Amino acid sequence: MKTNDYYAIELKGITKSFGKVIANEDINLEIKYGEILALLGENGSGKTTLMNILSGIYYADEGTIFIDGKEVSITNPHEAIDLGIGMIHQHFKLVEVFSSMDNIVLGTKGKYVKSSALKEEVLNMSNKFGLEIVPDKKIYDMSVSEKQTVEIMKVLYRGAKILILDEPTSVLTPQEIEKLFIILRKMKEQGNAIIIITHKLHEVLAISDRVAILRKGKVVDTVNTKESNEKQLTELMVGRPINLKISRPETKKRKTVLKVVDLSVANEDGTIGLNNINFKLKSGEILGVAGVAGSGQRELCETIAGLMDAKTGAVLYNKENIIGKTPDEIINLGISMSFVPEDRLGMGLVGSMDMVDNMLLKSYKKNKGAIIDKKPSRKLAEELIDKLSITTPGVETPVRMLSGGNVQKVLLGREIESEPNVLITAYPVRGLDINSSYIIYDLLNEQKKKNVAILFIGEDLDVLLELSDRIMVLCHGELMGIVDAKKTTKEEIGLMMAGRKMEGVDSDE
Amino acid sequence: MNNRSHTPFIRTVKISERSSKDTLKIRIAAFVLALAAGGIFMLLLGYNPFELYGTIISGAFRSKMAFQATVKFMIPLLMSSLGVAMAFKMRFWNIGAEGQIIVGAVCASYFALFHNNWPHFLLLIVMFAAGAIGGGLWGLIPAYFKSKYDTNETLFTLMLNYIALHIITYLRDGPWKDPDSSGFPKIARFAANAQIDKVFGVHFGWIIALILVIIVFIYLKYTKHGYEISVVGESKSTAKYAGMDVKRVILRTMILSGGICGITGMIQAAGSDMTLASSVAGGVGFTAIIVSWLAYLNPFGILLVSFLFSILDKGSSVMQSAYGLSTYFASVLQGIILFFILGCEFFIRYKFVLTKKGGK
Repeated sequence: MKTNDYYAIELKGITKSFGKVIANEDINLEIKYGEILALLGENGSGKTTLMNILSGIYYADEGTIFIDGKEVSITNPHEAIDLGIGMIHQHFKLVEVFSSMDNIVLGTKGKYVKSSALKEEVLNMSNKFGLEIVPDKKIYDMSVSEKQTVEIMKVLYRGAKILILDEPTSVLTPQEIEKLFIILRKMKEQGNAIIIITHKLHEVLAISDRVAILRKGKVVDTVNTKESNEKQLTELMVGRPINLKISRPETKKRKTVLKVVDLSVANEDGTIGLNNINFKLKSGEILGVAGVAGSGQRELCETIAGLMDAKTGAVLYNKENIIGKTPDEIINLGISMSFVPEDRLGMGLVGSMDMVDNMLLKSYKKNKGAIIDKKPSRKLAEELIDKLSITTPGVETPVRMLSGGNVQKVLLGREIESEPNVLITAYPVRGLDINSSYIIYDLLNEQKKKNVAILFIGEDLDVLLELSDRIMVLCHGELMGIVDAKKTTKEEIGLMMAGRKMEGVDSDE
Repeated sequence: MNNRSHTPFIRTVKISERSSKDTLKIRIAAFVLALAAGGIFMLLLGYNPFELYGTIISGAFRSKMAFQATVKFMIPLLMSSLGVAMAFKMRFWNIGAEGQIIVGAVCASYFALFHNNWPHFLLLIVMFAAGAIGGGLWGLIPAYFKSKYDTNETLFTLMLNYIALHIITYLRDGPWKDPDSSGFPKIARFAANAQIDKVFGVHFGWIIALILVIIVFIYLKYTKHGYEISVVGESKSTAKYAGMDVKRVILRTMILSGGICGITGMIQAAGSDMTLASSVAGGVGFTAIIVSWLAYLNPFGILLVSFLFSILDKGSSVMQSAYGLSTYFASVLQGIILFFILGCEFFIRYKFVLTKKGGK
């Protein structure tokens, strides 16, 4: 059902650079109506930049954009919407206290619409695309996947024929992803052009018609999904053959190091952070933590590290309760936390400081006297650069100037060098390319072999299943159960992430 | 569909990182341009800018006395700039140097006025300590409320300035009024015993100021405390994560920041004014904010910038007598320099490019 013979979008020679970094270089790409194109590439390969150019957030340095065969210039998001391009961002842009209906019409031009007429229109549209939407429901009452539906509805209401979805699956459970894909297929049948940005291979294979692979800002290839496979796509994405297997070394003589008993934590705004959590963490194991974003992962990390107060319950470290101890005392016990938040630098590193100063962050107090001796930390920084092959102009370069992968190596490297007994690591591979991710997994496994107890909070279920020994699943701050990573399935974890409790399932007992 | 094909002609593009050499070049260029802009302003007023700039320079250096006066201008500016720089390094917006200078001066003056029979050096040491403690406590007040209730330190420190100023007025009109002034409200002149001695013709405040430059430099750069200040300034959550006691760092740093400003007040009263006047701070606490930022919070940079500002101040007063120009002309020039230096930050981070049309 093509509306005309032209391509929906045709990009010719698009180039965009930020300073010395070339984000997009001479990109040629086209997409037809009634087609789903996956844009595949590692973080930093220029996917989001390209889509931001299309949606009017950035302006290309060079190149031309054709929509429906006509050359256009998109200088702001409004013009993109006028051209029928709708972008669904990774982070939702919704007004929490408004109903879904209000959010959908918000910002559109035109006269006041009667709410009953509007409701009907919204319902009509949602039937057409198979979107489940309750017009009067407030955003704050919605699950992540419902919010995403509203976002999709929002751009459809504005008459978008071309939809761009930036990493739409990263916040969804496997079941919700399946639902989203059904919606996307329906929209495709209606003749829309859809671009989906992702770095998850199996999703690409499941949903797309064609795949454009970006590497270092260039389109390296465009392949038909049917004629491709996971291995080929990886090779195109990374640029060389790669072994995707993550090892899971066996360790012996595991004993409980950390025991969490009836732990409940309240957030600052009074909402439940954690609700009655019980688990044991043993030496020489990696305990994975799964859950959709915001299910209590941050609260769990911060409570163990002493940054958040517990409401009830205890965290026993070798039978000693560490609740109520200061972060300083907990660090001295050998419990190390490295939390990599979305902005990467977050609280583990000081961006404006160089590696030498960052090495000091947790150890500067050990210096005798008032003056800090920086020689040992300089030596440590140089060793880390060597050992983890960190790419940096030198130990005196501010860490914020390093790439994401190198920043994470600095952070994790420092934590490991402090020889902890318990290592809490949250999203250590967030934003990393495949190669760096595997270096991090190896680092964690090495620590596991040294009998360190590791709590690994992850995002990618495939990784969690391969790397962890056991996986505990959180949902809305509650523990849904702990399963054996070797025996469980993705579907089972997905159901638990969505809130199904597995009574009595604790592979530990 | 729409056919708008307007293309922006000039766009700004972010630069990832300039080398420190380029950065320095841009800043020097900004300074030169600022002087040029000031020159145009002089031309508009009908003066020869070269002559005027010459007068400013010679006014500050032409004689030993002129140079001594320049240094005298510099001492309070340098010291209070060091004081506020400590707080700024922690991203604590201490706009209250004025008040801290005043309270330091008031505390020191108490001993100068009522215990001037003590041995000279003991008296000076006590006055010095009183100034530091007074300023420090005045700085501690906003820090306490900041760490306890997360109040806004900018407004808090600013408002404390006015309270401090009125404390002097109260003392001048009431308890500390000079009985020999035949009804005119003023505070008595300090006895010679309570005045700071001169070294090379200028009260020895300049030695203290130079020592402070070195101490503050080492403190910020090489000590645990300085390290904590940097981390807290960058991110409080990182500091907590590293096991730092953020509240204590804030309180401690503000005592020191206020303390240095308090010492400034003591030195200004006992070395320059020889009495406690309501003009003891005289806006120096505000100029210090400009100086410390122009110097990027580097103590040696502060030394340089405060010296340049003092030349401008002293030179302008000569210009006033020679050409009848208002001394506020110096403020105008300072404003222009500040404008250009801050403006050049944009060019350190961005550049302009012309749009090229592509589409091969």
